[in-house]
Amino acid sequence: MQTFSSNFLNWDVIQSYLPDLLAGMWVTMELSAIILLCGLLVGTGLALARMAQLRLLNVFIIIFVDVVRALPPLMLMVVTYFGLPYLGLRLTGFAVACIVLASVLAAFTEELLWAGLSTVSVGQYEAARSTGLTFLQMMGSVVLPQAFRLIQAPLASRIIATTKNTALASVVAVPELLSQANTAQGYSGNASPLTAASLGYLIILLPMVLVARRLERPREAA
Amino acid sequence: MRDAALHGPGQGRAPVILELQGLHKSFGLMSVLRGINLAVHEGEMVFLIGPSGSGKSTLLRCCNRLEEPTSGAVLVEGRDILGRKVNINQVRRRIGMVFQSFNLYPHMTARQNVTLALCKVARKSKAEADVIARRMLDHVGLSERIDYYPRALSGGQQQRVAIARTLALEPRIVLFDEPTSALDPELVNGVLNVMRMLRDEGMTMVVVSHEMRFAREAADRIVFMADGEIVEQGTPSEIFGAPRHPRLREFLSSLGTV
Amino acid sequence: MSDFVHNFFNLHILDRVWPLLLTGLKTTILLSLVIVPAGLAIGLLMALLQSLRIYALRWTVVVYVDLFRAYPPLVLLIYVYYGLPFFGIDTDAFWSVVLALGLNTSAYFAEVFRAGIEGIPFGQVQAARATGLGGFQTMLYVVLPQAIRNMLPDLLSNVLESVKLTSLASVVTLPELLRAARLAQGNTVNATPLIAASLIYLAFLWPLVRLTSRLERRTLTGQR
Repeated sequence: MQTFSSNFLNWDVIQSYLPDLLAGMWVTMELSAIILLCGLLVGTGLALARMAQLRLLNVFIIIFVDVVRALPPLMLMVVTYFGLPYLGLRLTGFAVACIVLASVLAAFTEELLWAGLSTVSVGQYEAARSTGLTFLQMMGSVVLPQAFRLIQAPLASRIIATTKNTALASVVAVPELLSQANTAQGYSGNASPLTAASLGYLIILLPMVLVARRLERPREAA
Repeated sequence: MRDAALHGPGQGRAPVILELQGLHKSFGLMSVLRGINLAVHEGEMVFLIGPSGSGKSTLLRCCNRLEEPTSGAVLVEGRDILGRKVNINQVRRRIGMVFQSFNLYPHMTARQNVTLALCKVARKSKAEADVIARRMLDHVGLSERIDYYPRALSGGQQQRVAIARTLALEPRIVLFDEPTSALDPELVNGVLNVMRMLRDEGMTMVVVSHEMRFAREAADRIVFMADGEIVEQGTPSEIFGAPRHPRLREFLSSLGTV
Repeated sequence: MSDFVHNFFNLHILDRVWPLLLTGLKTTILLSLVIVPAGLAIGLLMALLQSLRIYALRWTVVVYVDLFRAYPPLVLLIYVYYGLPFFGIDTDAFWSVVLALGLNTSAYFAEVFRAGIEGIPFGQVQAARATGLGGFQTMLYVVLPQAIRNMLPDLLSNVLESVKLTSLASVVTLPELLRAARLAQGNTVNATPLIAASLIYLAFLWPLVRLTSRLERRTLTGQR
């Protein structure tokens, strides 16, 4: 038992690496914020674009969304990070992580929102249009609020998954929390930094999970 | 030169609010409207009756371009609204529509349902819109439920909110697409009363409905449709008392006594 | 253009690395075949425990589920991988991966099963019990069969996610598909192995994605 706590819960080790770990946590939060914002916006845009019913555009969107949802995010990041240089493009790990993870979120958001938009009853569209609302007004005030409400539970789940995926950025040399903890663990031969990192992630993610749980309730109550 | 069939009896002098000329509508190979000619005068209440599949709802929906006619013209206050250059959103302010399934926005209160288009389409300020909404909801007898959500309202109340929502924009004509078909029988009268009130106030109305008793008592003109065409039209006493076309007779007898 | 083909679609290199990729694929499949059933079994068990309405059990399951839904799988994996030796457990990387990803997966499946079971109207249970069926029998013959039909889209999408998770094993140097591709890419200084691995993943997973999409849309309609 003594070995366990000195190897996993060693406060001295954690303390000496705390600045790095905190810096890593900050990067994790930066990544998450950027990715969530871009992913949700682009995903919504794609779903709206799909409403235009242009055959060619739809094909592109569907292919993009399917491929991005089928491939493991880590695979996507590795291909982008190590493949782009062959095209003459050298992006930072941070940029790659942002682009890839935002694309994944966008793809899932598009699918979910598209299902939501299709579920909002046709009557809502018609009532809004027949009072003279423009397409954008109808979407913004009447349809999108209802669509998002329909998909809020699975969407919350996706947002959580995306935030967890920021840990993957450690593989492409982004100095986020896991990466820092990994390095610290390597240097110190002690697993305590990983414990600290785990706690850090849980601090960010547990509240989100609890909110997601709350979102699953109203449907059952109705 | 006034074609009685087009304009109906006794409406010679009132201006024509809505006119359909040679209206055709096909869905793929299926022809739903085959050359409809109809003129609705100011203050008239026109009832569209007919068996299901006769095209009544489609006809109504062509009037505000929720369906796009395949050919023909729809003239609102003399101007064709089918052109590509027409600002359909502004046109729709002049044409109100009440749906069978009410279609209230579930995420908004009764008041907000009414003020939405007032703010976004009629560009009223929030304060102005509120005043109008209050007045409209009061008019349909729902002033006490102004901040209720649709789920807290009965079907009849929801439909009345829908009517208020439409009236708020001060349309020249209101189209009713089976307004009471989705209501429990005891709630139907509440809505019919509001419709009677509107008619008495001089609103131009086109109603698709199965409420034959109401049609008999309230309509100025009844138009019978079958297979996408207007087969016969006339005053209620003509249509119900002395139906001429065999299709109409068949239809009326299938309804039992009215 | 020819440069592009040379770097990304080089048949020559593909020929050389193909055996490596195939071995990696086998490991990926093996991992999936172990993790998914384990996750399903444990998840079902947890959901059944939760349905027993014993406060302490319910709470334990909730904590378990929320913990592993919030815990990034990669962090958990690395934690387990580096941590197990400290416990004196000297095992294959394979089993570290199975443990970590299994824990993660089981939490998600537990949630799916719970929602499915709770979604069956209580009247069904009452009717079954009234005819003398015991609690377990009711679950087995009445509740679960109905619940599974409702849960199919969510189950499928979670299976898909689990299979994608196996790629994380590359980080702890387990020679599954992604790792094989990375090694090959490093050795040949060519991106073709990466493209090939992507195509292999797509071949297996794209059909699953399409199926999931279609089922998801149908469920959403049912939710209104």
